[in-house]
Amino acid sequence: MDKKTKKILTDPLHVANPITLQVLGICSALAVTTKLESALVMSAALMFVLTCSNFIISCLRNRIPGSIRIITQLAIIASLVIVADQVMKAYLYDVSKQLAVYVGLIITNCIVMGRAEAFAMANPPLKSALDGLGNSLGYSLILIYVALFRELLGNGQVLGYDIMTSVKAGGWYVPNGIMLLSPGAFFLIGVFIWIQRSGTPDLQEDE
Amino acid sequence: MNFSNTYIVGFVIALCLVCSAAVSSLAVGLKPIQDENKRLDIAKQIVQVAGLVEPGTELTPEALDSLFADIELKVIDRRTGTVTDVDPDTFDPRKATKDPEASSETPDYKAKYRLTQVKRLPDQLEVYFVNVAGKEAVVLPIHGYGLWSTLYGFLSLKRDLSEVIGITYYEHGETPGLGGEVDNPSWKAQWPGKTPFADDGSVSLTVLKAGVPVTNPSSQIDGLSGATITTKGVDAMLKLWLGEDGYGPFLDSLKGS
Repeated sequence: MDKKTKKILTDPLHVANPITLQVLGICSALAVTTKLESALVMSAALMFVLTCSNFIISCLRNRIPGSIRIITQLAIIASLVIVADQVMKAYLYDVSKQLAVYVGLIITNCIVMGRAEAFAMANPPLKSALDGLGNSLGYSLILIYVALFRELLGNGQVLGYDIMTSVKAGGWYVPNGIMLLSPGAFFLIGVFIWIQRSGTPDLQEDE
Repeated sequence: MNFSNTYIVGFVIALCLVCSAAVSSLAVGLKPIQDENKRLDIAKQIVQVAGLVEPGTELTPEALDSLFADIELKVIDRRTGTVTDVDPDTFDPRKATKDPEASSETPDYKAKYRLTQVKRLPDQLEVYFVNVAGKEAVVLPIHGYGLWSTLYGFLSLKRDLSEVIGITYYEHGETPGLGGEVDNPSWKAQWPGKTPFADDGSVSLTVLKAGVPVTNPSSQIDGLSGATITTKGVDAMLKLWLGEDGYGPFLDSLKGS
């Protein structure tokens, strides 16, 4: 892999992270991150949708008429989301019950359309698929970080296993309820952005 | 790039055909597996709430089916409490609730049952009869509103109505970690053994606000901390479904027999 291709994959993990820098996909970062398991499944679903949609849209990019390109992208994305949702309902029933409507809401996840419009429409298929994969990894990274801390601080568990036994289960840890509500996710994302920008001053906006 | 209008229309039609063919063939192909998942999920909830297996036991579909073989689903008349000969396979309580022919407005809705948000009650209700020797029970489907969502679940009582066997919710959208703790096994463990009815026949089973001192441990349940509204909803739902407008007449007929 040459340097440029590698950059497509690694940039979204850090210097062009879709959540912390482009601030896209925040809704699902709040909604599905109370448990690590649902965050992992959500990440996998988004990875599938984003990689495939970028690939397909890029294959068609010279044939999609400019006047209807947005709705074309949406139709392709929506079909892929339904595929992901149906497969999950068939093979991962318990998790799909927890995620409920949020899988369907991948359709409106700004990252997916953002990448289709900004990258896949102007680049060849393999590069676009790689870009989709990179961006979904960047998204997953934040989701997993947020979910790990929300589950740990809010329930004393990681992936359903007790790490700090909570008082509810007869242990000593008093769970921090706010971590389970949306503000908890905002705090965690805020802290992440703070650390990321302190470590890489290039990312800071000019005063 | 310029495309003719004919090309654009053709492109749209082709795109729609390809997408809808892909989506619908997948949906149809996976439907049997999904329906089976749903059925097994309900069966698992019922077997657990009826106390036939320890909570959290993993069951293979075959083991589940063999346990479920001793459970019989019947449709009862809500007002008279008698068992009807309606085929449970064709009866859908959620559909019946919406059908003005098969349901009626909840009596005293504003005064008594506003918290449950159950505005209509179907004229017929489903009951699961558990016929396992020594563990005879009835499992009653219940639902009502919590904080964000309607909670759907099952309450199971001993056939002689002397004790609660358990409660479970299989579908709800309460805050995970707060109201969502209605799923928590340690909270549900409070339920078995409680007395559902007082001597005068009124519903004695009560869910208190978390931390309120329990004065009558035989029928009171400590609520979920941080989930006052969900807890109130659960309490209201018990009063509705165990009361005279819910399964009351049916439960009375069990007492008689």
